[in-house]
Amino acid sequence: MITPVVAEGLRRTFAGVSVLAGVDLVVEGGECVALLGANGAGKTTLLRVLATLLRPSGGTLKLFGEDATLRAPAMLRKIGYVGHESACYGDLTARENLDFYARLYRIDDADARVEELVEWTALGAAVRRPVRTFSRGMIQRLALARALLHRPELLLLDEPFSGLDPQATATLEALLIDLRQAGHAIVLSTHDVPRAAALASRVVMLHRGRIDWDGSGGQAAGVAIAARFDALVVKRA
Amino acid sequence: MHAALTILRKDLRIEWRTRESVSTLLALGVLLLVVFTIAHDPTREEQPRLAPSVLWATFVFTGLLGVQRSFLLEREQDCLAGLLMAPIDPSAIFVGKLLANLAVLGVMQAIVVPLVAVLLHVDMLPVLPAVLLVLTLGNLGFAAGATLFAAVAARTRAREVLLPLLLLPLVLPVLIAGVKATQAVLTKGFAEAGDALRVLVAFDVVFVVAGFLLFAYVVRD
Repeated sequence: MITPVVAEGLRRTFAGVSVLAGVDLVVEGGECVALLGANGAGKTTLLRVLATLLRPSGGTLKLFGEDATLRAPAMLRKIGYVGHESACYGDLTARENLDFYARLYRIDDADARVEELVEWTALGAAVRRPVRTFSRGMIQRLALARALLHRPELLLLDEPFSGLDPQATATLEALLIDLRQAGHAIVLSTHDVPRAAALASRVVMLHRGRIDWDGSGGQAAGVAIAARFDALVVKRA
Repeated sequence: MHAALTILRKDLRIEWRTRESVSTLLALGVLLLVVFTIAHDPTREEQPRLAPSVLWATFVFTGLLGVQRSFLLEREQDCLAGLLMAPIDPSAIFVGKLLANLAVLGVMQAIVVPLVAVLLHVDMLPVLPAVLLVLTLGNLGFAAGATLFAAVAARTRAREVLLPLLLLPLVLPVLIAGVKATQAVLTKGFAEAGDALRVLVAFDVVFVVAGFLLFAYVVRD
């Protein structure tokens, strides 16, 4: 199986300010990598570079063995991304948004897939309402459905639990575990250290655009990860 | 083309539901027409000569507003990221947005052009096919340039200021040719509009090809 993410010395600057300062990261299929770090550590920038939405200022990035800067359609088809915003149109209904993206991705079983995801998001009758009438949690669930429409092999999630109620959080956690077990690679950022430790197979801590710590996840490692994260926050202060 | 048509259909559906662009452009277009007409207060002989400049000045101001709004739609909720993540050629986004902008401009002109005919007493019916040809060519060049530069401006904070600054100097030849072609059609006949039409066609080709080729580079950070 081709390694989904191989990043070497990834750098990204904004107006001369270095946000990523040489990140080396390999993510294998079936891995769930949680990115932890204080605000401004570079988590969102790293995810947007991995999503090919930002060009790296330096270093190399291969996604599924291909040069990410070329943005080959076959490569993009394997990536799902949920950022801070939903990428859904407020004046369209949830169903219309999903139909629109299903057409862009030319999904064969579009209707069935959209129905499946509508059921998963538990949006119910709201699926025929304009998205601008949705709560934050509903928008987040819709964004996740949009990112999963084309069954991506690499899922990039920027603070996916933000705004979700406990039931939706539990559903998302179960889904991420299922995806991971099916061999999908997941990279997610979060500030929720216990959840990151419990969910992820690996935890990567970013500090000033560099990887400060890269270790195993899992319940057993939770205490060590929390201590490490506290130390990182103190270091930042 | 499938992706471009999907984007066009989405934009038209949103516009049909909100009618934000068309209603805003119409209000501005009619206001500009009235102001230009009253400000010039032309004699009956001067009116056909004034009509092209009034028409095109109105189209430029309303067109800038319309194209800008079409990209704001993609900025809200970072929808542009959703489009860029899709396995489609970025030039399909350009074509889809261009077609949507042309549709909105067309609807606005379908109302503004008859109004110009009424307010300036210009008998457009005998030359309507020629006027439509000039408008179509002018719209294509303007909308192609505007769609490309709106994508550039949409990434900046000062986008409302930046778009006219970037675009107007570049589309000036299209505007001049549009005015001259319309003037020739209204006052001298279609045969006299040949040179201006050739300029319009040339700039249409330049802006459409440039947009098609460059959009992928300007739309990403």
